[in-house]
Amino acid sequence: MQAIHKKLQQIVCDQTLSPQQKARYLSLEAENLLPYPELDADTSEALAAGVLCDLVEGHAPYKPRYVLPDYSVVLTQGSEYLELDAPKDLDEAINCLMIAYHHVPSVTGMPVYIGHLDQLLLPFCEGLTDDQLYTKIKLFWRYLDRTLPDAFMHANIGPQDNPVARAILRVDAELKQIAPNLTFCYDPDISSDAILQQATDNIIACSKPHIANHPMHQAAFDDRGYGIVSCYNALPVAGGAATLVRLNLKEVALRSTSVTDFLTRKLPYYGDLCFRLLSSRMSYLFEKSNFFTSFLVQEGWIDRQRFTAMYGIYGMAEAVNLLQDMQQCSGRYGHDAKANQLGYQISEALAELVQRTPVKHAWRGRAMLHSQAGISSDVEVTPGVRIPYGSEPDPVTHIQALLPHHHYYASGISEILTLEETIKNNPQALFTLCKGALAAGFREFTANVDSNDLVRVTGYMVRLSDIEQYNQQQGSRINTTALGAEAAASTNILDRKPRVVSHELSPSYS
Amino acid sequence: MNSAQATVSKILNYSCVDGPGNRLVVFLQGCNFNCSSCHNPHTIGICNHCGDCVPACPHKALTVLEGKVSFDPQQCDQCDACLRACSINANPMVQTMSVEAVLARLTEHHLMLDGITLSGGEATLQAHFIGQLFKAIKADARLRHLSCFIDSNGQLGSSAWQRLLPVTDGVLLDIKALDADLHQTLTGRSNQRVLQSLRLLHQADKLHELRYLVIPGFTDRPSEVHALVELVQSLGTATQVRLNAFQHHGVIGPAREWPTASKNDIEIIAGQLRQQGIERVITPAVYI
Ligand code: SF4
Ligand code: SF4
Repeated sequence: MQAIHKKLQQIVCDQTLSPQQKARYLSLEAENLLPYPELDADTSEALAAGVLCDLVEGHAPYKPRYVLPDYSVVLTQGSEYLELDAPKDLDEAINCLMIAYHHVPSVTGMPVYIGHLDQLLLPFCEGLTDDQLYTKIKLFWRYLDRTLPDAFMHANIGPQDNPVARAILRVDAELKQIAPNLTFCYDPDISSDAILQQATDNIIACSKPHIANHPMHQAAFDDRGYGIVSCYNALPVAGGAATLVRLNLKEVALRSTSVTDFLTRKLPYYGDLCFRLLSSRMSYLFEKSNFFTSFLVQEGWIDRQRFTAMYGIYGMAEAVNLLQDMQQCSGRYGHDAKANQLGYQISEALAELVQRTPVKHAWRGRAMLHSQAGISSDVEVTPGVRIPYGSEPDPVTHIQALLPHHHYYASGISEILTLEETIKNNPQALFTLCKGALAAGFREFTANVDSNDLVRVTGYMVRLSDIEQYNQQQGSRINTTALGAEAAASTNILDRKPRVVSHELSPSYS
Repeated sequence: MNSAQATVSKILNYSCVDGPGNRLVVFLQGCNFNCSSCHNPHTIGICNHCGDCVPACPHKALTVLEGKVSFDPQQCDQCDACLRACSINANPMVQTMSVEAVLARLTEHHLMLDGITLSGGEATLQAHFIGQLFKAIKADARLRHLSCFIDSNGQLGSSAWQRLLPVTDGVLLDIKALDADLHQTLTGRSNQRVLQSLRLLHQADKLHELRYLVIPGFTDRPSEVHALVELVQSLGTATQVRLNAFQHHGVIGPAREWPTASKNDIEIIAGQLRQQGIERVITPAVYI
């Protein structure tokens, strides 16, 4: 009891946290006083040893990790629970959404998905000029950043070229805010080159948006569609992800004696334990927590059947390099054809494992494979299937090296290209790179431009100037800054050619 | 089968500074100028296989085979120790590449490219290869959309340009100095042919960009800037002019003592050019 008192005391009196941030960390500590969902001995051991990781989601899953409400429900029918009538014009529609967001839970306590905004708002825009739209979106954007300051909060737009998408891109480049994060869904048959160019020009201005390969994602989901949330997780709309657990491929490789041992014994063994961990967390959420009695379910914003289980992996680079060493091969992951080939083989084996393993409660009865972007406490292990920080080849070679992985990771593959500042004089180069990568089969395209203040740390956005300030103990309004500062200190992330750290949750107080 | 071969010092799959969009850049070895300000001096010389660089390589990537230096890219760590060991500005890592090999590389990456630029050294010393390569690109249905550019110092004679231009989409031409004596001092050559090339390329509508390296104390003199303005005005004020800033990166010899060009130095000249009605002046995105 002494130790926990001390920790709670520390949180309460921390000079860098706001009262809300303190309340959140206190609640996490309280949750973790409860026993962990039931696990068998082997799974517990693998979790404790760090071969498996639960991303510090907490001991008692009482809400899904990512919730993607179908906001068209509240915009067309209103909400009885929230006492809202269906909106009649754009002001009312935006107001409804602003209210709705405060009722959408997630792992961070803030909404990770704020909707496919152009599709949601277009029906309310008739008769508005571009300038009127711009003004309204600008106020909306300012509200989002100031009241829900979490970089995992994510808006989607596209694939059609339309006035709302254009206004959002214009405002986003102008304000350069951390929140919300933004994805443009690109479809070569629907999106114009002009809107893609506007999106890639925005990347040069503020390292946003992320560009999703719409036809490729669409094929992995159904008619109700998908959304991109947090740092590049593709999930069913009107559902989401119940949980995300991940397998540390580096640790699996460390426990293997050869490539054959890795592929035929250790990967299937630890891969199976990862399913057990995931299932145990799913059972708690679905069978004990009573989450699905929420008004969100009753009013049809979400559907209990549409929550997947994300099966994350990370440390591919280290795993491949360790396995290369075992065969006395010097070629490194990301640079050598043979090493890359081994990586593709591992991804294929994982996809196959996920395809054939039933998962109770999960959407379509299966988990979804995810190349996980990492968290701030990861040390000497590279996110997902990425090439280690600081050793990335040129962007074209980089894309080619990772391309064959992309089709295996249906719930997202977080990769970030870092581009030299010189690209600012030649936006066409970024456009071609993006369009070409997607045409070649990249599931998603994300880039940072060196020298931008707004950069991705593992996948979420931070301002370098905020990190600087936080490190001087002044605190930050933005939740992800603490995470970014931690990540920057522990993961060499700012070594990444232009700096990047990946990823989402700020898991616990440290 | 196309037998043309090139001596290549380096090939990049990605460049956003060698013409419009993203370009594959092939740096050809050898140059007919000898600029003190060169930031790629090891592309100037042609290897005579003296072997001096072999013991300098810490990764055993270089060996002498039958009197010739041989390079093993698998072992190379790109530390550039060999370049520093060479007294004639040559490069033991140079590779011979055929037209087919370059085409294969382009085919692999064509979705992510806007074009190809042949640079150097001085690319046009291997004009025959360039002509064959560009012709082959334009004959290939998958590669035809790629624009074919040359980055040149302008020393090539007009008849050779005439043979190249039908398959060339654009040229990035360097003007080292407008004053004949200054040009001689900076490059070891007169600028007479450079200016001829400039006019010829302009008339053929193949001059994509005129590049001017600002070296404080040399090419930023009022008389030089004035001459540059007049030259561009004579070509047309829509001519694209890129001002590059002299930096020490890569430079060897006495030019390392010369002052570098700051953002302010460049902005002053850019301002003068714009004031004289020159519409498209590009300045560096970064100063390093
Ligand atoms: S590169 Fe230079 S040092 Fe090396 S063998 Fe050739 S001429 Fe000699
Ligand atoms: S750059 Fe030159 S010296 Fe360095 S490893 Fe390669 S061949 Fe050897």
